[in-house]
Amino acid sequence: MDARATHARLRLTGITKRYAATLANSDIGLSIGAGEIHALLGENGAGKSTLVKIIYGVVRPDAGEIAWEGKRVAIADPNAARRLGIGMVFQHFSLFESLTVAENIALGLDTRESIAELTRRIADVAGRYGLAVTPSRHVHHLSVGERQRVEIVRCLLQSPRLLIMDEPTSVLTPQEAERLFAVLRRLGSEGCSILYISHKLDEIRALCERATVLRGGRVVGECDPRATSERQMAEMMIGGALPVAHRAAKPRGGTPCLDVERLTLAADEPFGTALRDISLMLRQGEILGVAGVAGNGQKELLAALAGERLTLDAGAIRVCGIAAGWLGSAARRRLGLSFIPEERLGRGAVADLSLTENALLTIYPHGFVRAGMVRFGAVRRFTQDIIERFAVKASGSDADGGSLSGGNMQKFIVGREIGTNPRVLLAAHPTWGVDVGAAIAIRQALMDLAAAGSGVLVVSEDLAELFEISDSIAVLSGGRLSAPMRTRDTSVEAVGLLMGGRMQADAPVIADAA
Amino acid sequence: MRLSLEAHARPARVMVWASPVLAAAGSVAGVAILFAVLGRDPIEALRILFVAPLNSLDGLAELALKATPLLLCAIGIAIGCRAGVWNIGAEGQFTIGAICSGGVALAFGGQGHWWLQPAMLLAGVGGGMAWAGIPALLKTRFNAHEILTTLMLTYVAAQLLGYLVHGPWKDPKGYGFPQTRQFEPDAMLPMLIEGTRLHAGALLALVAVPVASVLLGRSMLGFRIRTVGAAPPAARYAGFNHARVIWVCLLLSGGLAGLAGMLEIAGPDGQLTPVISPGYGFAAIIVAFLGRLNPVAILFASALMALLYLGGEGLQVSMQLPVAVTGIIQGMLLFFMLAADVFIKFRLRWRPAPDGVAAGVATHA
Repeated sequence: MDARATHARLRLTGITKRYAATLANSDIGLSIGAGEIHALLGENGAGKSTLVKIIYGVVRPDAGEIAWEGKRVAIADPNAARRLGIGMVFQHFSLFESLTVAENIALGLDTRESIAELTRRIADVAGRYGLAVTPSRHVHHLSVGERQRVEIVRCLLQSPRLLIMDEPTSVLTPQEAERLFAVLRRLGSEGCSILYISHKLDEIRALCERATVLRGGRVVGECDPRATSERQMAEMMIGGALPVAHRAAKPRGGTPCLDVERLTLAADEPFGTALRDISLMLRQGEILGVAGVAGNGQKELLAALAGERLTLDAGAIRVCGIAAGWLGSAARRRLGLSFIPEERLGRGAVADLSLTENALLTIYPHGFVRAGMVRFGAVRRFTQDIIERFAVKASGSDADGGSLSGGNMQKFIVGREIGTNPRVLLAAHPTWGVDVGAAIAIRQALMDLAAAGSGVLVVSEDLAELFEISDSIAVLSGGRLSAPMRTRDTSVEAVGLLMGGRMQADAPVIADAA
Repeated sequence: MRLSLEAHARPARVMVWASPVLAAAGSVAGVAILFAVLGRDPIEALRILFVAPLNSLDGLAELALKATPLLLCAIGIAIGCRAGVWNIGAEGQFTIGAICSGGVALAFGGQGHWWLQPAMLLAGVGGGMAWAGIPALLKTRFNAHEILTTLMLTYVAAQLLGYLVHGPWKDPKGYGFPQTRQFEPDAMLPMLIEGTRLHAGALLALVAVPVASVLLGRSMLGFRIRTVGAAPPAARYAGFNHARVIWVCLLLSGGLAGLAGMLEIAGPDGQLTPVISPGYGFAAIIVAFLGRLNPVAILFASALMALLYLGGEGLQVSMQLPVAVTGIIQGMLLFFMLAADVFIKFRLRWRPAPDGVAAGVATHA
C-alpha cells in the first residue's frame, strides 16, 4: 500500500508516564505502518499495558507525542480513540451475559441503528472474515472463543485502522488461535494495522512482522520476529541469558497419592460448570497435566480436590489412600496435600498481610500453632527460608504481600506450598502472567518436587508448558476429564481437539494397568 | 489548573495514623467556628470543652468512668470490623447486658451472696452475647446483613428496657417514676477512688486492651479474623470457617458490650432507668475507627470521646447550649476523619489543564 511510504499509521515519540514512585513508561518511541502486524513484547511490569492504555485514551501520558497518520493528536478518552479508528479487544471481555450478541454490540456503538439493521451488518462483517457469530444468541450460551469473536466483530463494525489485541489467545484452543490468526492476517492485508500483545513467542513469530520489546518501561529493542529465535526474543525481554529448566531422572511407577473415582459435583454458582464422572490417578513422582480452556470445570475440580468444596461420597477423593472427600482444606493439608491457586493476590496471598503472615495462611496445620497462639518465630524462619531458596525479590519477611511483583509473589506461593514437603501438590496455572525467568524457576521447582517423589497435578491453559513438564496429559472439557495420554505419545493437535470438546479423538490412551 | 484525586500506588502509611490527629484538629477548628457563629466566645468554649474537665481529680475520675463503656464497646466493635463483621448494635447489647445483670441484682441483692457480682457479670456478658447471637444466626443462616439486624435489635432492646422499668420492674415506692428500686449495696461495684464515682470496672476495661491486642496480633483466632476481613477468598483457601468467625466476632463484641452495660448499672447508676446509656454504643463506633481498630489506640480514642461527653455537659451548663452539642461535635469528628481517610488511598494534585482537550479523571489499575 502507498500509505505505508508516506506516514506511519501511528507514531509515538517520547511517551512518558509516571505513577508515584514508578516510571511505567519512559521516553517510548514506536511506529506502526499501515497494515502492519506489530508485536509488543515485554515481561509483566515492563509497561505494555500502560502504553496500550495511553494509545486507547484510557490513560494520559505525562509527556510525549502521539501522531496519527502524520497528524499530532491528543486522545482524551476511548471514545476519541474509536473516532480516530482505534479499536481494542481486551483480555477480559465486557459483555452482558443476559443480552444477545446484537444487543451487546449495539450498546458499544455510538450509532443509532435498529437491532435488525445491526444484525444484518454483524452477519455481513462476520461472514466476510469467517468469524462464526450468531447475532441473536445470548452471550451466556457462548464459549470464551465465541465471546472473543463478538468483541472482534464489535471493533470491526467501526472499520478500525488500528486494532489492539491484548493477550488474545490466552483463552483459546490452538485451533481457535489458528483461526484468529487467519482473521488478523486478512485484516492486515486489507490495510488495518494490528498491535498484538502476547507472552507466547511462537505465536508472535508466526504472526507478526515487527516487534518492539519493552523492559522496565523503556524500549530495549526492535526485531523482525520471523527472523529472530524465541530464545533471542526472551533474552531481550529479560535482559540476560535465559536459564534452562532441567528434568532430573525420575522414579517410575510410584504408589498412588491422589486417587479420584467417579467424582460428580453440581455447579455451585450460575454459569459454573458441573463436574461429571471424573476419575484420575496421580502416582508419586508423576506430573499430570490437566489441559483445557478456562471455564470447563478447572475451578470446580480444584475446589473439590483441595477441600474447599466437599464431595457427596467421602471415598471419591483419596489422598495417600485416605478417603478425603469429607475433609476440609486444613485437614487435607495435614494429609500432605498442597494447593497453588489460580489467583495470587486476594486468594493465594493477601496484599495487606506481611509475607510471614502470608506464609502462615497455609502452613498453620503443620505445627506452627501452639495452644491457640501462633509460633511467629518459627513462621518467620520458614518465610525467610522460602525467600532465600526461591530467590523471591522482597525486602524481607515483614514486607507486605502487595509490595511484591506478580512473578515474585507466585514464586513465594509456590515456595510456601512446596516448603511443607507435600506428598501431593495441586498447581493451577502456575506460571500464568509470570515473567519468563520466574516461569522457568517455577517449572523447575515443580519438576524437582516430582523428582523427589511427590505427585504433582498441574492445571494449565499453556500447552507448551504442559508438554514441557508433564508425564501425562488429560483434558478437561465441559466438566469431563479425558483419559490421560502419555505426553511423549500425544501431540498438541490431539490435545487441542479434545479441548474443543471431541472426546473420541484417536489419541493414544494409557492403559489403566500402567 | 484544576484539582484532581490520584490514587497512590500503595496506601499511605503515614496517613493511616495522621488522619485521626487531623480529624481531631479539624473538629477543634470546626467547633471554634461554630461557637463564633453562635455568638459565644470560641476560646472560652474550647476551654470548657477540653481543659476544664481535666482540672480536678473528680474530673479525671469522671473521664475514666465515661471511657470505660466506650473502651469495652469499641474493642468489641473493632474485633468485628477486622473480620468485616459490622456490629453497629453495641448499644442494644449494652442495654440487654444491663437488663440481665440488673435482674440478677434485683432478685438476689441484699442477701449477702458472695457470688452476686460474679453472677451479675456473667448475666451481663451472657445477655450481650445472646443479643448479638441473633444477628449471627440471621447472618450465617439467612445471609441477613448484620448492619441492619444489629441496628434494629437496638431499638427492640430499648423497648424491652422501657417496658420493664415502666411495668413489672417499676419501683413501687418510686412515686411513679419509671425506674427500678435502688440496688442493694452488695450489688454495687467497689469504688477505686474514694469521693469519686470511679469504680473497679474501669480496671476490667483496661485489662481488655492487652487481651484484645494479643488476641488480634498473636493468636491463630486473631489471624483467622483478620484474614476473613482482608480477603474472604484467601480465608476460604486457607480453610478458615467464615461462619465460625462471624459467630466469634459477634459473640465477643456482644459480650463486651453486655459487660459494659453491667458495669454501668453496678457502678455509677445503681438502678435501671429508661435511658442507661447516652449513646455509648454508637459513639464507640466512632471510637473504634478513630483508634484505627487497634486496641491500644482505641484506649486513647475512648479517652478523647469521654472528654467530649464531659466537655459537652460543661457547655450545656456554662453556656446554656442544648444537649445536641455533644452529638454535633462527635459528628464533626467522624466527618473530618472520613474526609482525612480519603488521603490514605489518594492524593490531591494540581494538574495543568490539557491543551484544548477535555481530560477525564486520571485512573489506573
